[in-house]
Amino acid sequence: MAETMILVPGRSQSQGTSLNEGKLKDEYKKVTSTAELNERDMRRLKLKDGDKIKLKSDVGQTVVTCKSKKDADLPTGMIFIPYGPPSSELMASDTAGTGMPLSKHMEVKVTKVK
Amino acid sequence: MTEATQTEAQAKDQVKDKKPAPKRVDPNAGKNVKIVKDATCTFCGCVCDDMELTVDLDEHRITKAKKACVLGRAWFYEHTVDTRPAVLIDGKEATFKEGVEAAAKILVDAKFPITYGMSDSTCESQRVTVDIMDTINGNVDTTTSVCHGPSGMAFQGVGESTATLGEVKNRADLVIYWGGNPAESHPRHFTRYAVTPKGMYIPNGKKDRTVVLVDVRRTPSTPVADIFMQVKPGKDFEVLWALRALVKGKKIANDIEKQTGVSREVLDDLVERMKNCQFGVLFFGMGLTMTRGRHFNSGALLSLAADLNEFTHFVAKPVRGHGNVTGADNVVSWQTGYPFGVNFNRGYPRFNPGEFTTTDLLSRGEADAAMIIASDPASNFPKAAIEHMKKIPIISLDTKDTITSSIAKVCFAVSTYGINTGGTVYRMDDVPITLRPAMESTYPGDQEVLEAIRDRVKKLLSGKKARVAA
Repeated sequence: MAETMILVPGRSQSQGTSLNEGKLKDEYKKVTSTAELNERDMRRLKLKDGDKIKLKSDVGQTVVTCKSKKDADLPTGMIFIPYGPPSSELMASDTAGTGMPLSKHMEVKVTKVK
Repeated sequence: MTEATQTEAQAKDQVKDKKPAPKRVDPNAGKNVKIVKDATCTFCGCVCDDMELTVDLDEHRITKAKKACVLGRAWFYEHTVDTRPAVLIDGKEATFKEGVEAAAKILVDAKFPITYGMSDSTCESQRVTVDIMDTINGNVDTTTSVCHGPSGMAFQGVGESTATLGEVKNRADLVIYWGGNPAESHPRHFTRYAVTPKGMYIPNGKKDRTVVLVDVRRTPSTPVADIFMQVKPGKDFEVLWALRALVKGKKIANDIEKQTGVSREVLDDLVERMKNCQFGVLFFGMGLTMTRGRHFNSGALLSLAADLNEFTHFVAKPVRGHGNVTGADNVVSWQTGYPFGVNFNRGYPRFNPGEFTTTDLLSRGEADAAMIIASDPASNFPKAAIEHMKKIPIISLDTKDTITSSIAKVCFAVSTYGINTGGTVYRMDDVPITLRPAMESTYPGDQEVLEAIRDRVKKLLSGKKARVAA
């Protein structure tokens, strides 16, 4: 069953170094399609590191690999992913008159990909 | 030990003492290298200008970047000789002249041409870009609109109590980072400018400063902070407004912790620290601008900094991303009066975020041609915008292949600013810095390409202005 969580795309060091290699290279694709989840959420969703999950928002969906983070480092109910094409798939285009689409704190439905 | 053996041993020691120290092996011996001192890294907005680069002139690459952070090293080491064609039209190799002709025609024929990007480009190139759009009555926008654009709106609304990073280094005894993770996005922000360096009035470096980090999650930046304040996602505005109220001695809601995740005690402690410091600074990141509230979040933070000047000296600075995104704001402001999202359709500049910002123009399907400079919106814009990009002619100028360059009708491979080409960039605190390039490239700089396009555009228009919208 899908569970609703908050997705926080952001910068990471490996995203920064891999984009210098090239955005069409495998390393960048791998980094930007790996999402971090709280370890307790992972257990509850019966996920282990390397499993695939589907993230679905009101405008799109994407499949990413998951990786666990300790309870102290990432609150339950939150997912972190480095910015990249997969996170853009989930972003709505409305900018509320600012030019800025909501790019963080997106509500997404999470399901395990079998 | 006999006297004889003793003397022998002493003699051996003496020989040992006289033995010359082993020679240091010069790793560059026999190589055709060049050292570039005080070079500038243009990867992030820190624009560190104290690099020492070792350039292997035979292999045509930078082999060492002294003082560079992990991101800077990747920036310098990964920009090497490329083999991709300098110009592609519809995916087929073309000459420079053909590329310029095709690009100029696209721009002149379009009814609503736009340009976007520019933050990884020199001020000189940005100036030419604005000139082109002014000539064809097009639309100018930069990556600022999806970065600190909301902060740009907030600056206009509430003003900015500001300082250079030099002032922060020399004076700041309270450093607050809000909604950012500099350890991963701007690694030397801590070590060169704001946390560990010793300053004129901060003789003991970090020991003389209190560092506060505010974020929705712990990050690699958290260990640097003396105080970590964890806010519930989407509640930054509420926390900032509560801090403003407490600074002014007003009451706040009793359930503030339930609402925001931050206790009253933590807020009171921070207010006391802010009011009693000698020089406080609020650095803020995209945790404020990309979330619910956007410009209201930035405005609340800027207002908090302004309020605190009734008690002490307090400043606020956005932590900017790409190497010259601050330059883009400056250049577009000099030339049009506005920092981003500027439209020339009526023959004079108009500023309206939401109307003339690129995400909106593309998502609504309004733009009918786009010139993208040193940016990759086809990979990081919302889906609707990317879908529209696939329907219109794109002109792309970039140092590397990207998704945007792969869908471009006309694609120019250009050299890298700061590594291959000189010029001016602005550090995130609006300080201009002159670049010292390390080595030549086989590709032209974006300024050269843009000047050629501009000259051809002006020729195609034969001195006349482009059409003006009704």
